[in-house]
Amino acid sequence: MKKLSLEQKLYLNGFRPDTEPHLAIKDPAKCRDCKRKQCTTICPVNTYRWENDRITIFFEGCVECGACRIACAECGNLEWRYPRGGFGVNYRNG
Amino acid sequence: MSSRSEKFDVIVVGAGPAGLSAAYVLAQAGVNVAVIERGDFPGSKNVMGGVIYSQPAAEVFPHFWREAPLERHIIETQAWVLTEKAAFKAAHRHEAFDQKPYNAFTVFRARFDEWMAGKVREAGALIIPETVVESAIKDDGKVVGVRTGRPDGDLYADVVIAADGVNSLLAQDVGLRGEIPPDHAAIAVKEIIALPRETIDDRFNLTGDQGATIELYADASWGMMGTAWIYTNSDSLSIGVGAVISQLVERGIQPNDLLEHLKSHPMVMPLLEGGETREYLAHLIPEGGLHGMPKLYTDGMLVVGDAAMLINSMHREGSNLAMTSGKLAAEAVLHARQRSDFSARSLSYYEKLIRDSYIYKDLYKYRNMGRFFETHPEFFTLYPELLNEAARAMLTVDGIPKRKKQRSIFWSALKRRSLWRMAIDFFKAWRSVA
Repeated sequence: MKKLSLEQKLYLNGFRPDTEPHLAIKDPAKCRDCKRKQCTTICPVNTYRWENDRITIFFEGCVECGACRIACAECGNLEWRYPRGGFGVNYRNG
Repeated sequence: MSSRSEKFDVIVVGAGPAGLSAAYVLAQAGVNVAVIERGDFPGSKNVMGGVIYSQPAAEVFPHFWREAPLERHIIETQAWVLTEKAAFKAAHRHEAFDQKPYNAFTVFRARFDEWMAGKVREAGALIIPETVVESAIKDDGKVVGVRTGRPDGDLYADVVIAADGVNSLLAQDVGLRGEIPPDHAAIAVKEIIALPRETIDDRFNLTGDQGATIELYADASWGMMGTAWIYTNSDSLSIGVGAVISQLVERGIQPNDLLEHLKSHPMVMPLLEGGETREYLAHLIPEGGLHGMPKLYTDGMLVVGDAAMLINSMHREGSNLAMTSGKLAAEAVLHARQRSDFSARSLSYYEKLIRDSYIYKDLYKYRNMGRFFETHPEFFTLYPELLNEAARAMLTVDGIPKRKKQRSIFWSALKRRSLWRMAIDFFKAWRSVA
C-alpha cells in the first residue's frame, strides 16, 4: 500500500483546533540543557520540534495521548492540559 | 450554578467504557447521574486496539450484540513472533467462537461508545459533552463535586466517579495517583486501513461477520518491550503497535516510525496490500499492572478503568476490566446510598468488590510479568531469533541429518547465551505468568 507521511496521515483525522495552545514549556532554558529532548521523538504526531535553540509546539495536531507528559516527567518542564471542551482531535472510528 | 443548585447524586467524569457502564447501572437504579465528557460526543476522543468481550459487556448491557454497532465477531486468535525476515505463527480457531452470543467483537470506540451513551441517556442520565473537568471540588478534605472549564461550571454530587482515562488528571488532583513512570506506560499508535470486505475474508479465511485477530511480538515492536496487533473490522483492518515509553526514549524511536516498520514487514505487508489509511490514532496504555494500581477510592470519589490503570497486558484486555470496574463502582455507590454514607470507609466496598473479581485476581497473577520482561530484553530479540532459526533449519531439506541440525542449533544458541542463563530465563518467565 502507498506509504503516507505523518503529515498526510494527520490530514485524515478530524480536528477542531483551539485558538490557544493547551501545551506549554514551563522554562525554555531547561530544554536547552535537556540532552535527550525526548518530547521531539516520543510524540506520535511530532508536536514538539527543536528549532532555533528552542522547542516549538505545534499543538494543532496534538491527539491528546499524554506520551510527552510521561516522557518529560523527569524534568517536569511541560504544562500539560487537555484542549478546552469540544476542541482538539475528533476521531470518527477510534 | 455557583450555589449548590446543580447537584447530582453521582457525577461520572469521562464517557468511555468504564464511565458509561457505571452511569448505566446507576441510572437504571433510579440514581440522578451526570456524565461529563470533554469530546464533541461520547467516543470522539476514545481509542483502543479494537476488541470488546461479550460476557463482561453483556453484564452491563444485556443482549448488546443485537443492536450495538459491531464490526466482526472473533473466531480466530493468532500470535506471531517476528524476526526481520521471518515469522513463527501460532493460532487457535474454534467453532464455539462462531456461535452467539460470541466471545469477542472488534468495535470502533467512537461508534460503540456513542451507542452506549445513548443507552445511558435512555436510562435517564444526563450526558454533558464538550466539557473538560479541571479539578475536584473539596469540602473539608472530602470530594463534593467537580470544577469544569465552563463559566460558573461547578457541579456537585454525593460521589464523583473518575473515569477520565489513563491520564486521569482527577485521580492525580485528589492525590490518589502520582505521575506514571516512563517504564510503566506504553504509547500505542494505530491506523485504520480500509479494504474491501471480500479481500479481508480471503486474506484471513473468513466469511460473513467472522473476524480474526493477530498479536505480533519481537521485531514487531523492534525488539522493545511491547506488542503489535492486526484486527479485522467489517471493511477495514486496525493495525497498531505499542512500546514502553522509557525504551522508545532510550532508542530515540518515534512511534509512527515504529508503526511503519511493522507495516513494511514482509509478513505484514501482503495483508495490507491495496489498503487505504482512514485514520491515525494514538493512546497511552498503563502497564504498571498490579503495582501500578492506585488506591481506588477516597472520601466522595471512586476511580475506574484506565484511570485506575486496570489493564491486563498479558491478554490484551482492558475494555472488559473497564466495564466491570464501572459496574462494580456503581454497585458500591448503591451500597453507600443505602446508608447515605459516602466516606472513604463506606466506599472501600468498591475495592472489596474489585478484589473478589477477576480484575484483581488476574492483575495479581501477572503482577511480576511486567518487571520481568522489561528486564529481560532477550525475549524480544534473542529468543525470537533462535526460535525462527531453529524452525527454518529443521524445515530446510538439504541432505543434512536432523540430529546434526539439532546439534548445531543447540551450539549456536549456547554461543549467545549459556544453558544455565537460558534455563533461568525460562523458569523465571514461566513463574512470572504462572
